[in-house]
Amino acid sequence: MKQKTLFIVAAVGLLLVFLLGTLVYKSERIDQSAQLAERNRENLVRFHSPALGRADAPVVIVEFLDPACETCRAFYPLVKAMMAANPDRIRLVLRYAPFHNGSDKVVAVLEAARKQGKFWPALEALLAAQADWAPHHTAQMALVWRHLEGLGLNLGQMRADMVAPEIARVIAQDLDDARVLNVTKTPEFFVNGKPLPTFGYEPLKALVDEALTSTKR
Amino acid sequence: MSTMQPSARMRNETAWTLIFAAWLVASASTLGALFFGEVMQLPPCVLCWYQRIFMFPLVLILPVGLFPFDRKVVRYALPLAVLGWLFAVFHLLLIAGAIPESITPCTQGVPCSEKLIDWFGFVTIPLLSTVAFSTIIVLFVRAYFRGSE
Repeated sequence: MKQKTLFIVAAVGLLLVFLLGTLVYKSERIDQSAQLAERNRENLVRFHSPALGRADAPVVIVEFLDPACETCRAFYPLVKAMMAANPDRIRLVLRYAPFHNGSDKVVAVLEAARKQGKFWPALEALLAAQADWAPHHTAQMALVWRHLEGLGLNLGQMRADMVAPEIARVIAQDLDDARVLNVTKTPEFFVNGKPLPTFGYEPLKALVDEALTSTKR
Repeated sequence: MSTMQPSARMRNETAWTLIFAAWLVASASTLGALFFGEVMQLPPCVLCWYQRIFMFPLVLILPVGLFPFDRKVVRYALPLAVLGWLFAVFHLLLIAGAIPESITPCTQGVPCSEKLIDWFGFVTIPLLSTVAFSTIIVLFVRAYFRGSE
């Protein structure tokens, strides 16, 4: 009997230590990443970043996005729905975090489409067809182009534009900012400069709702 | 147990305590590994996975031998501990640079020679693993011989 009690006490004790450690670690991490974002505000939004929504919108969502990332594809319509539900109150700023193999080329394609004023249609077309051009988590340029047909893009011009050094600089800058802000996974969201406490749609929604309420006049 | 000689019962109780101690070490190691992997989100390398494979089952096998007490549980658990120990020592030598990375099974993902944790300048995850497996083996051997004297 004594042995059973000892065993149960030990098992419960170990689990409690684990849970307590997890809670302490998580809360410290949230503080750290919030401070990191606070200290490095200038790394969050750059003039070159593509943005959607009014420039003076009270709530700004900064999203580090990889066009080849499945979760980014899944979140895109969710963020768009939030924006549609709160017209003129949310602005979305995209930063590139092409972590997948070959994904930086796809970002260059998007930047080339941007020169023709078709960034968002191109992004949406590529996200919708992601499974086709990014098999096994590897972006394949040869499979990308056909999904851009029908958008009225001059594809020949794009092939020439996408190798421009300023596009390479934009990608390098975004990757550097991602490193400074400790963005290691995509998508990563910052709502009015605040990182998500834990990843997920619900935490993002909660953070956006909070920002919407606090900026309501 | 009531029919046993007093000295035999004492021996059995000592053996029980030793195996219980081994279970404590295995459980603490398992929770520690889960903390590194799931809470701190450090990606486990291939060698870490093999060490986990030999550590995690001990958490379940040992209590089966503790209630009711069956010293033979050592015979079932010792091979796991010994293999885990071999992987841990291999990993330790790899990190120390005694074995070149090229002959390890890590070809992609996280290189096993990367030190994700370095406390006080010498405590690494493979060192913790080696200490844990060594302790478990010593406890097993002592429990086995203590009970069968």
